[in-house]
Amino acid sequence: MIRIGAFLVGLFFSGWLLVSATMGAFNFVTNPAAPTAEHEFHKKPEPVDFSFNGPAGKYDRAQLQRGLQIFKEVCSACHSLKYVSFRDFKDLGYSDGQIKTIAQTWPAEAPSINPETGEAATRKPTPADKIPAPYPNEVAARAANNNAAPPDLSLMAKARHGGPDYIHALLTGYQAPPAELKKKFPEAMPGKTTHYNPYFANLNLAMPAPLTTDGQVTYGEGAPKPTVDQMAKDVSAFLMWTAEPKLENRKRAGTAAVIFLLVFFGLCVGAYKNVWADKKAHA
Amino acid sequence: MESMASLTEDSATAGEEQGGVRRRDFINVAAASFAGVGAVSIALPLINQMNPSADVLAEASTEIDLAAIQPGQTIKTIFRKQPLFVRHLTPAEVASAEKVDLGELRDPQSLEQRTKAGKKQWLVTMGVCTHLGCVPLGAGEGEVKGEFGGYFCPCHGSSYDTAARIRKGPAPKNLEVPPYEFTSDTAIKVG
Amino acid sequence: MSFPWANEYKPSNPFMRYLDEKLPLPRFVYNAVGAGYPVPRNLNYFWNFGVLAGVALMVQIVSGIILAMHFAAESTVAFASVEHIMRDVNAGWFIRYAHMNGASMFFIVVYIHIFRGLFYGSYKPPREMVWHLGLVIFLLMMATAFMGYVLPWGQMSFWGAKVITGLFGALPVIGTPIQTWLLGGFAPDNAALNRFFSLHYLLPFVILGVIILHIWALHIPGSSNPTGVEVKDEQDTVPFHPYYTAKDGVGVAVFFLVFAGLLFFAPNFLGEPDNYVQANPLATPANIVPEWYFWPFYAILRAFTVDFLFIPAKLLGVLAMFAAILLLFFLPWLDTSAVRSGHYRPLFRKFFWFGLIPTIAILGYCGGSHATDGIVLISQIASAYYFAHFLIILPIIARVETPKPLPTSITEAVLGHAPGATLQPAE
Repeated sequence: MIRIGAFLVGLFFSGWLLVSATMGAFNFVTNPAAPTAEHEFHKKPEPVDFSFNGPAGKYDRAQLQRGLQIFKEVCSACHSLKYVSFRDFKDLGYSDGQIKTIAQTWPAEAPSINPETGEAATRKPTPADKIPAPYPNEVAARAANNNAAPPDLSLMAKARHGGPDYIHALLTGYQAPPAELKKKFPEAMPGKTTHYNPYFANLNLAMPAPLTTDGQVTYGEGAPKPTVDQMAKDVSAFLMWTAEPKLENRKRAGTAAVIFLLVFFGLCVGAYKNVWADKKAHA
Repeated sequence: MESMASLTEDSATAGEEQGGVRRRDFINVAAASFAGVGAVSIALPLINQMNPSADVLAEASTEIDLAAIQPGQTIKTIFRKQPLFVRHLTPAEVASAEKVDLGELRDPQSLEQRTKAGKKQWLVTMGVCTHLGCVPLGAGEGEVKGEFGGYFCPCHGSSYDTAARIRKGPAPKNLEVPPYEFTSDTAIKVG
Repeated sequence: MSFPWANEYKPSNPFMRYLDEKLPLPRFVYNAVGAGYPVPRNLNYFWNFGVLAGVALMVQIVSGIILAMHFAAESTVAFASVEHIMRDVNAGWFIRYAHMNGASMFFIVVYIHIFRGLFYGSYKPPREMVWHLGLVIFLLMMATAFMGYVLPWGQMSFWGAKVITGLFGALPVIGTPIQTWLLGGFAPDNAALNRFFSLHYLLPFVILGVIILHIWALHIPGSSNPTGVEVKDEQDTVPFHPYYTAKDGVGVAVFFLVFAGLLFFAPNFLGEPDNYVQANPLATPANIVPEWYFWPFYAILRAFTVDFLFIPAKLLGVLAMFAAILLLFFLPWLDTSAVRSGHYRPLFRKFFWFGLIPTIAILGYCGGSHATDGIVLISQIASAYYFAHFLIILPIIARVETPKPLPTSITEAVLGHAPGATLQPAE
C-alpha cells in the first residue's frame, strides 16, 4: 500500500516536473531571455594585494591612518560610520590624546540635549562616542542626496561580494559609459543624477566619483603619493578594518588553534592506534 | 577462530591494566590531557565574556560642571550607572563635620581625607548606602537629611553626617568617595 | 542492555558504590557510551558522525547561551547588538563566529550522518525507530536554524523570514491567516523576531531530548555496521570505551580542525554579504538565498513553475519541498531489500553514487544560484530524479536486484580483508 502510494506520488511529482521542464525548455528555445545590460557590462572587481590578505595578513597601521584621513575629509560628508567609536581608533595606533583631538575636530557633532530647554542640540564628540553621522536621520540624508540615502559604511567591506576589492574597484571604476552601451541598451545609460560605473551592480549609481584627482587629500610625510588608486586602496583598507576590527586577533588565535589541534590530532591518532593495537594487529 | 577468541580475551585484560603497565599508554594520557588543556583554553574567553565590554568601560568616566551648584545644594548624577552625589557644603556643614571626634566614628575618616586639598566644601560621594545599596535621601530638595544633617537611608535607617560618614544604623562604612580630580576650579572628572 | 556479554559496571570505590545504589547515573553512562556498550568491531569512519553531531550541538548550545547574554531581541536594536557582540564584548567575535559557523558544521556532520544511514541501510528493521527519531531531529534542526538566521536582523534574515513564512501563505484559505499568525503581523517585525528568539532558544533543548531517545532506540538493537550483518557473538563486538572513544577522538580532532579553519580564516565564507546590511522592508536583495544547508530544498521549491489543474505552482513547490523531507520517513517500507549495506547491493550502489549524490549536489548548486531559466530547468530535472529515486526506483531495485553474497559474520568480514591476522601474536 505504501509502495503503491509512493509510486503514484513519485510519478506525479517527477512527471509534472518533467512536463514543466519540457515546457520551460521549449519556451527557452522559442523565446530566449533578452540579454541585459548588467549581464554584458558588469565587471567583477580585480583583486588588490592588501596587507591583511592571507591567513597571516595584518593591517598596515599607516595605511589605516591614511584611510581614516580620507574617510574624514571625503566620505564623512555624506556617509555615516555608526558602529565605530572614536575609542576604537586606538587600534590604528593613535594615543588617547590624539583620539580626543580627532573626536573634537570631527566634521560632525554628536546629538545631545540642551540642558536648559530640552531641545535637540549637538555637542563635541568624546572618545566614547560613536562616529557622529552627517545627517540627523534618513529623511535628511535622502533629501540632501537626490532621494538616494548614502549607506552606512561600517560594514560595507563585509556587506558586498568582493569586500575591500569591490570598494577599491568601485572608487576607481568611474568612467564615461561605453559607446556600445548607448547603442545596445540606451535605457541603461546613466541619468541626470546617476553615474556610470561597471563595478556597480546595476551599472549606474547615485554617488558621483568621490576621489577624482591625484593629491585630492594631502598625506603626511613619508606616505606614498596620494594618487586616486592609492587613496582608494587606503580607504578600502580602512573600511575593511571598520568592518572587521578583530581580524588580527582572529588570525592569531586561529594560528594557535590550528597548531594546537594538529598536535592533538597526532596524539589522537596515536592513542587510537594504541587502543586498537590488539584488535587490528593484522590491519 | 580459536586464536581470535584468545585475542579478544587478551585485549580485555589489556584494557583493565591501564594503570601504566604498558608504556605506550602514555599516548592515551597525553591525548586526554591535551583535550583537557583545549577545553580550559576555550573556557577562558567564555568566562571572560561576562566582564564589562569595551563600551561599558569607555563610559566609565563622567565630567561634571560645578559652577551652578550653590552652597547647601547637592546634585545627583550618574557615574558607572550608579547615583553620584556632588554636594557643595555650607561653612556650617564643614564646621560640623570637622568638629566630630574621629574616635567616635565607625569608619574613622576626616573631612580632609574625604575631599581634595583646598576644596573641602566639595563632597563627592557615591549615592549608594554601604549597607544594602539603597539610594540615601538628602540630596534632593526638601528630602530628609537624617539626624546628622547629611544623608539618611530610608531602607534600614542608616544616617550619614555632613561628610557622608556613617553615624547611626546598620551600614558598616562611609559613603564611598569615587576616584575623581578637579580639571579646573569649577569642574571635576570622575573615574 | 543489548548483548548478554556486555561488560557490567563495577563501582570502583565506596562513594561510587553509594552513588550506584542511590542514583545509578554512572552505570547508565557506562552502559550507554562506556565500556558496557558492545559495538560492532568493524565500524568505519562514517560511524564517527553521530558523536560529532552531538559535539556540534553542544558547541551551538554553549555559544548560543552566551550570545543570548548579549543579544537584544528587539527589531530596532538587534542588528546593532550583534555588532556590539562583534566589537565590544570580550571575545564576542569568537563566540559569534563560532555559533555562525557551528551551525554549518552541525549540518555538514548531520548530512554525512544521514548519507551514512542511506548507504548502509541503517533505516531498515530493526532500526526504523532510530531513523524516524533522527528525521525528527533533522526537522527540528531546520526549524531552529531558520529561526536563528532571522535573529541578526540583516537583509537576508528579514527576507528569508518573509519568504519562508510566505510559503504557508500558499495554502488555500488558511494560508494567509497562518502566515499572519506566525509573524504576529503582516510582515516580519518585532513580534516575529521575539518569538523566533524564544523558540530558537527552546528548540535545541528539545533536540537534545530527542537525541536521547534516538540513542535509546539505537541501544535496543545495537549499532549497525558497514556489512549490515547483525552481531552474532562476542567476538563481533568491542566495548565502546576505549575502542570507539579513541576512534571518536580522532574524529573530534578533525572536526575541530575544519571548524577552526572556517571560524578563524573564512568566517564569512558560507554567509551572505547581504546579512551585514540591516533589515530594510523597503528594499529586497537582488538574490534571496537561504543558508547553504537549505539549498537543495530551496531548489525543489523553485522547480515548480507550472500550475497543475487547480493547484497553483507555488503550492506545488511548497508541498514538494516538504514531501522531499517527509518521504524519508517512509524509507523503511520503500526499500524492502533484505540486504542492508550498499556494499553488497550492486544496483543500489550505482543509483546511490551516480544518481542520488550528484542530484543532491546539483540541487544544492541550483538552490544557491540566481534562478535563471537554465538553473530552473536543471533543478526541475534533478528534482524529478530525486522523487523518482526514493519513490519509484528504490522499491523496484529492491525487487529486481541480486545482492552479492554476505559474509557470515562481522568477524569473518574483518578477517577476510587480512588473512594473516590469526598468525599475529596477541600482545
